Amino acid sequence: MHPDSNLDLSIYVHIPFCARKCLYCDFLSFAAKDDLIKDYFDALSKEICLTADTYKDYRVRSVFFGGGTPSLPDAEYICNILRALFSNFNISKDAEISIEVNPGTASFDKLEHYKASGINRISIGAQSFDDDELKRLGRIHDSAAFYRTYEDAVRAGFENINIDIMSALPGQSLDSYLSTVQKAVELKPSHISAYSLIVEEGTPFFDMDLDLPNEDDDRAMYHETKRILAKNGYHRYEISNYALGDGEKNECYHNKVYWERGNYLGLGLGSSSMINDVRFSNITDIMEYINRLSKSDTVICEREELDEKSCMEEFMFLGLRLVKGVDTELFYKQFGRTVRDVYGDVIDKCKGLGLLENNGNYLRLTDKGLDVSNTVMADFIF
Amino acid sequence: MDQSKIRNFCIVAHIDHGKSTLADRMIEKTGVLTMREMTSQVLDNMDIERERGITIKSQAVRMIYKARDGQEYTFNMIDTPGHVDFGYEVSRSLAACDGAILVVDATQGVEAQTLANVYMALDHDLDVFPVINKIDLPSAQPDEVKEEIEDVIGIEAQDAPLISAKNGIGIEEVLEAVVQKIPAPTGDAGKPLTALIFDSIYDSYRGVIVFVRIRDGVIRKGMKVRFMATGAESEVVEVGYFGPGRFIPSDELSAGDVGYFTASIKNIQDTRVGDTVTDSANPCSEALPGYKKVMPMVYCGLYPADSAHYSDLRDALEKLQLNDASLFYEPETSQALGFGFRAGFLGLLHLEVIQERLEREYDLNLVTTAPGVVYKVHKNDGTVFDLTNPTNLPDPTEIEYMEEPIVNGEIMVTTEYVGAIMQLCQERRGKYLSTDYIEQTRAILKYELPLNEIIYDFFDALKSRSRGYASFDYELKGYEKSDLVKLDILINREEVDALSFIVHKDGAYERGRKMCEKLKEEIPRHLFEIPIQAAVGGKIIARETVKAYRKDVLAKCYGGDITRKKKLLEKQKEGKKKMRQIGNVEVPQAAFLSVLKLDSAD
Repeated sequence: MHPDSNLDLSIYVHIPFCARKCLYCDFLSFAAKDDLIKDYFDALSKEICLTADTYKDYRVRSVFFGGGTPSLPDAEYICNILRALFSNFNISKDAEISIEVNPGTASFDKLEHYKASGINRISIGAQSFDDDELKRLGRIHDSAAFYRTYEDAVRAGFENINIDIMSALPGQSLDSYLSTVQKAVELKPSHISAYSLIVEEGTPFFDMDLDLPNEDDDRAMYHETKRILAKNGYHRYEISNYALGDGEKNECYHNKVYWERGNYLGLGLGSSSMINDVRFSNITDIMEYINRLSKSDTVICEREELDEKSCMEEFMFLGLRLVKGVDTELFYKQFGRTVRDVYGDVIDKCKGLGLLENNGNYLRLTDKGLDVSNTVMADFIF
Repeated sequence: MDQSKIRNFCIVAHIDHGKSTLADRMIEKTGVLTMREMTSQVLDNMDIERERGITIKSQAVRMIYKARDGQEYTFNMIDTPGHVDFGYEVSRSLAACDGAILVVDATQGVEAQTLANVYMALDHDLDVFPVINKIDLPSAQPDEVKEEIEDVIGIEAQDAPLISAKNGIGIEEVLEAVVQKIPAPTGDAGKPLTALIFDSIYDSYRGVIVFVRIRDGVIRKGMKVRFMATGAESEVVEVGYFGPGRFIPSDELSAGDVGYFTASIKNIQDTRVGDTVTDSANPCSEALPGYKKVMPMVYCGLYPADSAHYSDLRDALEKLQLNDASLFYEPETSQALGFGFRAGFLGLLHLEVIQERLEREYDLNLVTTAPGVVYKVHKNDGTVFDLTNPTNLPDPTEIEYMEEPIVNGEIMVTTEYVGAIMQLCQERRGKYLSTDYIEQTRAILKYELPLNEIIYDFFDALKSRSRGYASFDYELKGYEKSDLVKLDILINREEVDALSFIVHKDGAYERGRKMCEKLKEEIPRHLFEIPIQAAVGGKIIARETVKAYRKDVLAKCYGGDITRKKKLLEKQKEGKKKMRQIGNVEVPQAAFLSVLKLDSAD
């Protein structure tokens, strides 16, 4: 599958609810009462009905339930939404349908329910296998809860499972991180996402005096991730994403759409969309979201038609996140100019510094370039 | 006009003691302005002045006051700059007055600037009477302050008006005291014209507008006048008075009057503050005393952040100079910064004001190099030259010796901080002269200090080491021989001319070390290691290293993150644009002012 046809579509559904907000989280999420949850899902169903007609010619290649904690509300809510999507959109048979699940919120029954309704990929937020680290992050689960959820997911029949882990956590030692990586690998999930913690402004962590790993340890964590995962048969296909085996089979189709600038439609509170070089997003106030949809009003609040320069910038900085790099032939096809014509100076400079390299008709970051990818990407901004 | 009904005066005060507020209230009370016309501080036109609460250029305003004796009096209030940088301008404004109101804060009492200003006024034979301001504050001590004024300054203060300029209390008393205590002018309208220039401004329609005090004679339209110091001659086009915020033309100005005239003068350099204007046809026998050509005391390099804006910067400097005869500039070139200007200023405040005006009013993005003073370099071949840019220092083997400017400084401080301030002056190579105890709790320390030791952050250091209680005033004493060296900075082994500065030999190591530390903080990490070195005469005396960064990654970038992450990359790119490329190293503009912040590090 490749999202190069402009009638391919991916759908993201945002579930903004959490049992409790983690201290590092900068996503749109909050704890909520049952009534609000019910109203939200009603509004969401309405949004689906109102939106679907616009996309009747599109073929939906993937659906992704993200959050928040999509596994927090009753499974029936999710299944209902999924049913609404199936009946309103043209969803392809082999579509990748994922849901984010947090340990401690998804029972075996719930997972089985998901499976039965068509979900075929589970992403579990383990973050760490060290209970003290989890506590410091403000997570509600411990490692035992994670293991239970993982086993339940396998038992429920999921073959495509991702585990999220995090490095550079407060109080994390190199050894404890390596042990987290090791424990994740031992389960042989089909996919591992390994993020290093970003302390974002506006999160409680930002104002806390955190005991973060020193630069050398941070760097070692980052590099050991690559080494250990490679040794265990995982290939890195994006800065923070690893898939088991060699081919694209276990890579996350949905996420690649973002980096290859495929069409995606965001549904639900605050979600973002990009359809044929137009970016838009939904409002972020839940009461207003519910209110507007009850009146069948639009919930889109920001809309930006990208000009060619912006598209080129995005093509480069998103594409370079992928280990395989950007497809220079596709660049030419889309913009009628060669990458060299537009970015010759930057490319030469970065190649000179050993940060970029060619691989066939792909232009990609070197290992060194991946480490400092922001610096390189910033150069591709006009 | 009947001279006996004219009062020409100024207000002197320590900064923040309420000078401008009192001026506003007096203008209000004399009814020349409606309440609606009042901006908060009428006399201070420029934004920068308002924000900093200081007056930069002298201005004047005429008021009509009907006194208790039933007579109408014309008040000419001349506002004086309140900062030591503008000492000469202050002295010329004072020379245009016959008396002065001394404002003293009832909660603070007499301070160093109060003293300096009063002495200056007394030196100009002005009659000074005090008013005690802020008497409505709970901590006001009017009686103590009165006594202090009598003890310390030695002027009568028992019947000083007790006022609150802010709340309009006692303003009537002040106006009445002006009539009673400030002498009327005593010029002779029959004598040849003798007028003192105390300020001038440039107007694009009328040319230079010259502010004058007429000592003797009369000036009127059509008269040909001569500027005695510059020799320039011009025909008078318009004469008039200063209305609040505007000019009011009149037929003539005669002995005792304060007003303005225009004469199609294109260049403000022709109308120097302190010069005497006379009648070309019937000149006075001698010029008024006290004229001085002002010389810049502090120099720095001004460069456009983007070299494409060089001509914009030139145009802006040209325009500013139209109104500021003491601003000096000439083109210069730096290897690191490209084309720019070496600019001379009366002092650091003057520099900051110009820099801010360039950035604000002309929307320029500037790189400013470290300010320095003017050194006299005596070469072996017997020649002497003024060094304004450290880069131009000749090879040490060609130099016989160097001299640096020295000031006489007076610091007034409460006795508990005398030790701390002495320590500070010591660190700044000060030569102790004396300590005078003016009261039991207060002393005046007198020091000779090298000017280059006080232009950076001396005021800040003074305030922080005395918890704000010390105040400072200085005047140039002259030049003295000194053991000076040029400190060079190398970034990634390349000498950066714009970072060089002159420093006393004994302080070179310390300064070099701090400079490297500071630059290490300022220069962002690059993909490679960057050595930062300080050198004197080619010998490295200090070194720091900016480590290479090894990781700069956005871990997550999914559908909802893209717009935001792109903004981050744009910011990163924008940041790079604001850097100066020195070899392979991108140096932020702020780094060029690092030398100013050396003392804040400790």
